Amino acid sequence: MPVTGFTTDANTRTITITAHFAAPVERVWALYADPRQLEQVWGPPTFPATFVEHELTVGKRSAYYMTGPDGEKFGGWWRITAVDEPHGFEFDDGFADADGNDAPGMPVSHNAYRFSVDGDGTNAHYTSVYDSAEDLQKVLEMGVEEGATLAINQIDAYLAA
Amino acid sequence: MTETSEDRADALFHALSDRTRRDILRRVLAGEHSVSVLAAKYDMSFAAVQKHVAVLERAGLITKRRVGREALASGDVEAVRSVASMLDEFETVWRGRINRIDSLLAQGD
Repeated sequence: MPVTGFTTDANTRTITITAHFAAPVERVWALYADPRQLEQVWGPPTFPATFVEHELTVGKRSAYYMTGPDGEKFGGWWRITAVDEPHGFEFDDGFADADGNDAPGMPVSHNAYRFSVDGDGTNAHYTSVYDSAEDLQKVLEMGVEEGATLAINQIDAYLAA
Repeated sequence: MTETSEDRADALFHALSDRTRRDILRRVLAGEHSVSVLAAKYDMSFAAVQKHVAVLERAGLITKRRVGREALASGDVEAVRSVASMLDEFETVWRGRINRIDSLLAQGD
């Protein structure tokens, strides 16, 4: 299993995930740097992601959307805040409105992705931090991402069964 | 020792891994049932059904209250939702994503 750890800290509103990949750091970096590869991994198969803009350069804004099973689109954006190729990068991740603009008043997460050499492979260390408990709550209520919507639908289907 | 999301996931998946428990959960989510009424629905002893109810209760999926000699169980819809949302928002999304990264990396360039 590539995931080696998963913890959440309610006090600091931080989610930390660690993983090990059987590929060199440069290869992992290349996956994140290439929008065509990134979109293959960002969204689940039921909510595939499309990156319209993406460049791992400080100050750049990435734009993406995910398409749900009924064709509805959920927009999001990244703002790249730090880059240390190939060892990691940092970015803010937020929700976008139907036109792809930043959705005002919506939670934004601050993310740091770090990749370190481990033999022939890579240890990845991901953190996501939210500004406030309210933001976290909002995200929890609406779903950090498509996955939650899907999950709630599944629960509803389950309850209705 | 704090309860991690992994611990909660273990409890949830364990509770939902059994067909009888899923059936009990469905019934009590639809409305409060006494454990003895539930027990009558299944081809197993009262004690066995009581045990299943206890597992669901420990996982936070149902709550129990006592009225006279009867134990009444009802499903905690909010708990089902909050556990599910926690799992799905954080764990499932991330695990899915990391598994996809792993597969993509394994394909080579």
